[in-house]
Amino acid sequence: MAEAAAIRTRDLAKQYGGVTALAGLTMTVPRGEVFGFLGPNGAGKTTSVKLLLGLARPSGGEGQVLGAPLGDRRSRRRIGYLPELFRYQEWLSAREVLALHAALLDLPRGERGAAIGEALTLVGLAQRANDRVGTFSKGMQQRLGLGVALLGRPELVLLDEPTSALDPVGRHDVREIIRHLRARGVAVFLNSHLLGEVEQVCDRVAIVDHGRVVATGSLDELLGGTREVRLRVTGLDAAAWASLGGFGELAHEDPWLVVRGLAPGRVPELVDALVALGGRVYAVEPRHQSLEERFLQLLGEG
Amino acid sequence: MAMLIVARLAIREAARRRLLLALAVLSVLVVGLTAWGFARLPDITNNGERLSAVEVQTSASQLLILVMFMFAGVIALSAIFVAAPAIAGEVESGIALAMLSRPLRRRDVVLGKWLGCAALLIGYTAAVCALEFWVAGRATGYYPPRPLLAVAYLAGEGLVLLTVALALSTRLAGMTGGIVSTVLFFVAWMTGVIGGIGIALGNPGVAHVGTISRLILPSDGLWRGAIYALEPAALLMEARALPRLAGDPFLVDASPSVAYPLWAACWVLGVLGVAIYSFGRREL
Repeated sequence: MAEAAAIRTRDLAKQYGGVTALAGLTMTVPRGEVFGFLGPNGAGKTTSVKLLLGLARPSGGEGQVLGAPLGDRRSRRRIGYLPELFRYQEWLSAREVLALHAALLDLPRGERGAAIGEALTLVGLAQRANDRVGTFSKGMQQRLGLGVALLGRPELVLLDEPTSALDPVGRHDVREIIRHLRARGVAVFLNSHLLGEVEQVCDRVAIVDHGRVVATGSLDELLGGTREVRLRVTGLDAAAWASLGGFGELAHEDPWLVVRGLAPGRVPELVDALVALGGRVYAVEPRHQSLEERFLQLLGEG
Repeated sequence: MAMLIVARLAIREAARRRLLLALAVLSVLVVGLTAWGFARLPDITNNGERLSAVEVQTSASQLLILVMFMFAGVIALSAIFVAAPAIAGEVESGIALAMLSRPLRRRDVVLGKWLGCAALLIGYTAAVCALEFWVAGRATGYYPPRPLLAVAYLAGEGLVLLTVALALSTRLAGMTGGIVSTVLFFVAWMTGVIGGIGIALGNPGVAHVGTISRLILPSDGLWRGAIYALEPAALLMEARALPRLAGDPFLVDASPSVAYPLWAACWVLGVLGVAIYSFGRREL
């Protein structure tokens, strides 16, 4: 039998009183994939994660995590979770926090020391392992949270804004950890509004707004159809410019000519046409639309 | 077992946050102060004459009840202050999100917290009672007649309030649950006193106020059990002979019925069940 997807939901919905937090989330996250879950504040991202973990009950729809129904206690043994707003017991040391979670995971006693050491090293806290969490900066607490989420070699890791408190080095480290997890076949559900982060590590993304998925797919699928080419060209008159309309939407951003909506395969054809019209071509820069631009476009703000 | 992990964590938290140290230091200071008071009793004069041995014993017994009333308040309020934020604080801070994403049942959290806090409460009650009874006995030769029963009733009173505060902690902010529990504690004590006044005045309607309040919240009923356990036979006989003394909040004329501690135990289990249900249904 094929292995169940890491996450599968259908029409998952959540209402808080009269407020719709999630209005029908349908998605599948295969095993071993890094899945970005994007949206503005209040879009329903954190609500979705809480529903997946059984920390809140859905108002409608259904879902499975690692092949088990939402909230299944046993399957939580195979899930790591870094909450967005969290604190660990400030009166414990980093090692003690990890030991507590190792005990809650019921890891075999003989394996706990090694698992804790591995997690501390992975998130760069080995030197501060015996310091009280209360003395940690927010960034260090986030590193600890990541270590807790990775404890026990989970099959699925849910990261809710994992880099919000980290400096550039910390963010780089988290990206490396995520890539390391993907290489190990771990599915990562990355909940974030830091689009640059998502763009760098995710295989696929879903963009949510007002509790609904407004777009989903691989980055190529999301951005591929919306390419543009920037060219530096001289020697063209107005009639020549007008004749290029068939290649896409034209715009002058001196000294650049911008052609939007051009299929990638037609770039050489465009250059041929420019030369044929007497233009002198100095530069051709095919340019992807950034995830941020696409995100704002989908949310109707770009 | 997950429940025991949570219980151990609650005890460790009390130790790391220096709650145990603060309670120990303050309690030793207070016991020292009362030791001085007990030691002064044999030297007190009445019309130029020292108190007789019987009078010293009687005074010591009443002073001990008063001191234990103070400690009953410390136990009750400590139970409330520890239990009221026990779950609410972890939900507010996000600790609960990280813990409950593990294969941990919510009932294990409630029962573990209760067990850890209860162990602390029973341990403190036993220690402070042992110390105070020993000090009073060394200074005056008076020892309460039923010390273990007194410890059991005092701990029972604390457990009742601990359970109420923990149940409220599953839904209310720690501060709110703490204040509500404290008000309930004082109202229960006061309605118990009012009920005693009703008995003294021979007014069954007013007397029932105390009976009903002791059934709704058994903290005052258990405190009265503690008074009984601390009372010497002479005081007990005096209370029986003079019904008007029923209005005295530091005197009882009989032990609570056998059914009463059983009712209190069932009450604690029932409220604990409500706490488990309430936290189980809570959205995080």
